[in-house]
Amino acid sequence: MASVEIRNVFKAFGSTEVLHGVSVDIQNEEFVVLVGPSGCGKSTLLRMIAGLEEITKGDILIGGRQVNNLPPKDRDVAMVFQNYALYPHMTVFDNMAFSLKLAKAPKAEIQERVQRAAEILNLSDYLERYPRQLSGGQRQRVAMGRAIVRDPLVFLFDEPLSNLDAKLRVQMRAEIKALHHKLRTTVVYVTHDQVEAMTMADRIVVMHDGIVEQVGDPITLFDTPDNLFVAGFIGSPAMNLIPGRIGRRDGRVWVEARAGVRLPLRPNAPGQQGQEVVYGVRPKSFQIAPSPGDDTVDMTVGVVEPTGDEIEVIAKVAGEQVCAVFTDRLALKPEQTVAVRPQLDSVHLFDAGSGKRLVA
Amino acid sequence: MAKKEELGGMDYLVTLPKRVVTVYIPLAIFLIILLFPFYWMVITTFKPNEELYDLGRNPFWVIHPTLDHIKKLLFQTHFPEWFVTTMIVSVASTFLSLFASVTAAYAIQRLRFRGSEMVGAAIFLAYLVPPSILFIPLATMVFDFGLFDTKWSLILTYPTFLIPFATWLLMGYFKTIPYELEECALIDGASRLQILLKIVLPLSVPGLISAGIFAFTLSWNEFIYALTFISSTDHKTIPVGVLTELVEGDVWHWGSLMAGALLGSLPVAILYSFFVEHYVSSMTGAIKE
Repeated sequence: MASVEIRNVFKAFGSTEVLHGVSVDIQNEEFVVLVGPSGCGKSTLLRMIAGLEEITKGDILIGGRQVNNLPPKDRDVAMVFQNYALYPHMTVFDNMAFSLKLAKAPKAEIQERVQRAAEILNLSDYLERYPRQLSGGQRQRVAMGRAIVRDPLVFLFDEPLSNLDAKLRVQMRAEIKALHHKLRTTVVYVTHDQVEAMTMADRIVVMHDGIVEQVGDPITLFDTPDNLFVAGFIGSPAMNLIPGRIGRRDGRVWVEARAGVRLPLRPNAPGQQGQEVVYGVRPKSFQIAPSPGDDTVDMTVGVVEPTGDEIEVIAKVAGEQVCAVFTDRLALKPEQTVAVRPQLDSVHLFDAGSGKRLVA
Repeated sequence: MAKKEELGGMDYLVTLPKRVVTVYIPLAIFLIILLFPFYWMVITTFKPNEELYDLGRNPFWVIHPTLDHIKKLLFQTHFPEWFVTTMIVSVASTFLSLFASVTAAYAIQRLRFRGSEMVGAAIFLAYLVPPSILFIPLATMVFDFGLFDTKWSLILTYPTFLIPFATWLLMGYFKTIPYELEECALIDGASRLQILLKIVLPLSVPGLISAGIFAFTLSWNEFIYALTFISSTDHKTIPVGVLTELVEGDVWHWGSLMAGALLGSLPVAILYSFFVEHYVSSMTGAIKE
C-alpha cells in the first residue's frame, strides 16, 4: 500500500525530450489511469515508475521513498505488460512463482500464495499448463496473477487489454476493477482508450505531447474539460468543436460562426464581445426543436446511423461537420435541414488562441 | 474428388502423376547428387583391392565385400588415437566458443553499451579473415606459448573462427526474444546473470544447439590448423591423419582412406540426426509463446 508522487519529471532520449515536466500525485489505494494518444509519453512515464527507464530530471517517490536510482526489483512494484510477457518455457505455476523463487521464499509459502492468486483469478485448473496452451484472456489473467503473487506496493498496467478482442476487453475491464476493489492496492494504468479510462479510473491523468493536460475524476473531466485537447479526447463520439466569435447585444449572448450562423449561449456565458472562441457541444446535448428560434441552430443532415438504442447523425452546422446523437427514433433523411437546440447548460467555451476553457 | 475450380494452394499435389513430377523426381535427383559421394565412400571401404583396381568391372557395386581396409585403418594406423583427439578437441573448442559467444552475443544485443554495434561488426569482420592467412601469425603464437604439437594448440585456435560465427548466429537468435520478457524478469527481481541463465538461455536452446552443431562440425573437419600445429603421428586429428598416413608417396590406400572418411563422418551424422528438429526450427522460426 503506497502513494506514488511524480514531481516535475523530465525525460529525454538523446536530444529528444518526450516528457516536459510532469507532476502527478497518486494517493494510496487509488486507481489512476494515464490516458493520451500514442506518443504522448504515458508509457514512458509508467516505465520510469517501474524503473525500466532512467529519470532525466525530477523525482519519483513510492510510499514516500525516492526511487530515482533504485533498480526495478527494489521498488516493490509489479507490472503487467501489453503482450503479457509470460515466460514461454515455464508453466503457469512457475510463471507466477518466478519472483518468489528469486526472492528465495519458502516452498510452502510459494505454493500458498500462487494457489491464492490462482483462486482469485480462476486459474486453479491451469497451473500446469504452458502459456501457449492458454487463450488470450487466460494469459492476461496469468500476467495479473504474476503481479498479485508479489503483493506489491503498486500495480503498473501498460495497455493490458489492447491485445484482446472487444468482448473480452469489456469483461477483463470489469475483472481488473473488481480485483482492485478486492486487493485495494495502488494502481497506475496506462491506456490510449478513453472509454477504458472513464470506466475504470478513480482519477484520470490526460497526457498530450509530454505534458499533463488535466487531472481529475472521470465525471469532472467529462463535464468541465480544462482545454480543447481534453474536450476533444474525452467522450465518445467526441465533442463537437465549432470556431467562432462571441457576440453580445441586449443581454443576449451568442457565438457567431462561419456564414453568420449564430450559436446560442446562456445569458451568463463568459467571454468578451468579439473574442475568438471555440464552441463545444457534446453529441448528446442536441434536441430537435419544433421550429427555429433564437435558441436553435440549423443542422443539415448528412448520414444517419441507427444503432438500435439511438440514432447517430453526421451533419453540418455552420459549415462544420458535427455529430449528434438522439435517443428518439426520428425519421431523419439525408439533406434534410432541422432546427436543433443545444442544451445551453452543457455548452463549453474555449479561447481559440490558448485553447483554455473560459470560466464565468 | 473436388472439381478443378475448387482446388487452390497446394491442392494440385493431390493427383499422383503431378506429385511425382513436382515433388518426387526433383527430390530423387537432389538426393542422388547429395548421397552419391557417401555411397562411393561406403562401397570403396568394403571393396577388395582386386576389384578396386580392375577397371573392367562395374565400379558401382561390390562383389566380394571385405573388412580388410577397416582392419588396416584400426590396427595398423593411429586412427583410434586420432579419433579420440578429434573428439576432445572438437568438444572442448565447441564449449569454449559457445560460452564466449553466448556472453558476447547477449552483451552486444541487450546491454546496449556504447559502441556495441561496432563490436558486433568487428566480430563479423574477424570472421571474414580466411584461416589460410590467419594460420601464419597463429603458428608463431602457438610456438611462443609452447603449445606446438599439443591438443591445446587446436582447442585454443579453433575458437578464432568458431566464436565470430556462433556469436552472429546467437545475436540473431537473442534478437527474437521479446524485450518485455527480460524487463518483466527485471521487475520480478532477477539479476542480469539470472535473466541470462533462467530466461534467455532456456529460450535459446534451439539456437544453442545449431550453433553447437556448426561449431562441432567445423572443428571436426578442420584441416589447415591441424596440419600446421600438430606434427607427431599419434597427436593428429582424423582429417589430417588419414591424409598424411594413408597416402605414401604416390601410393593412395583408397580403401582405408575411404574407411577413415566413413568412420570419421559418422559422429557428425549421428549428432545431426539427434538434433535435426531443433536445428531446423532455429533456422526457420523464432520463439513461440
